[in-house]
Amino acid sequence: MANENWPLWEVFIRSRQGLNHKHVGSLRAADQEMAIENARDVYTRRSEGVSIWVVLSANVHASNPSDKGPMFDPAEDKVYRHPTFYDIPDEIGHM
Amino acid sequence: MTEQDALFDYCLRIGDSSLIIGHRLSEWCGHGPILEEDIAIINVSLDLVGQARSVLDYAGKIEGKGRSEDDLAYLRDVAFYRNHLICEQPNGDYGRTIVRQFLFDSFHYLFLNELVNSKDDFFSGYAEKSLKEVIYHMQHSTKWMLRMGDGTEESHRRVQEPLNDLWRFTGEFFAVNEVDKILISNGIAVDLNKIKPKWKQYVREIIEDATLTLPTNDWEQLGGKEGRHTEHLGFILAEMQFLPRAYPDATW
Repeated sequence: MANENWPLWEVFIRSRQGLNHKHVGSLRAADQEMAIENARDVYTRRSEGVSIWVVLSANVHASNPSDKGPMFDPAEDKVYRHPTFYDIPDEIGHM
Repeated sequence: MTEQDALFDYCLRIGDSSLIIGHRLSEWCGHGPILEEDIAIINVSLDLVGQARSVLDYAGKIEGKGRSEDDLAYLRDVAFYRNHLICEQPNGDYGRTIVRQFLFDSFHYLFLNELVNSKDDFFSGYAEKSLKEVIYHMQHSTKWMLRMGDGTEESHRRVQEPLNDLWRFTGEFFAVNEVDKILISNGIAVDLNKIKPKWKQYVREIIEDATLTLPTNDWEQLGGKEGRHTEHLGFILAEMQFLPRAYPDATW
């Protein structure tokens, strides 16, 4: 028991200016309450955030790195999907 | 004892308690049971040392002899320290550290909660600012008391034993001396008798929830508030004060 690891949690923090929670790292905790507290101590010590989400890493389903080709390569030669072919009037400025 | 002497002594009692227990916690730096908890306990340590700095700075101004916060922290010997004895007790294992912290945090919270009403502007402001930190300290140590007390047979034992052992130092939280009497009469100090029943009730509830047994030994070990310390404080000061005493003009 003493050598058993606590479950791993993924931590997401919303910064003061940011709109979305961003993944910042992971940590270990016995339950969700401890995970939030640990996230507060580990990831918000320098006022990085105003809100914390934690998710059990086991509940994150990820794409398989070996599927990278079929998953993402087809998008590479479809430049017309990028909005780079429009002339933007000068008075609009930066978009 | 003049009011100024009493006020200076009162500052030392508050500042030294935070400084010494904060220093004790800093001994865990890099040695915590897990990385997350190592960071958590060092956050608490830094909060407490930061609080000590501002009170000792104020103490120096009250005294009016030009002593800075550093002079007071690094150049006073054991007999001039006014911290509660529980603050200087050794860390032991993490269970012992948590018990010591739980007993102190719960007192510290109730104390600051009253100090907010002090007629001394520094103290009321200091209490308000520190409370935010101390509420978190209390939640942290309380949750660990519950987890360990109501955990495994081994974790239960590792908090029950230090609880029995450290209990004798808790009476000092509420021991009143001349300093209190002078400063209560003019609305500066906290009336310790007022917070004693609240502390007992809170601690009793958590101890019961944690399936622990409230110690029945009522012997109170006093002395810290008058500068009579246990053998441990000298060793803390030896380590804490070595550098500024060996290199008096060092800056960092």
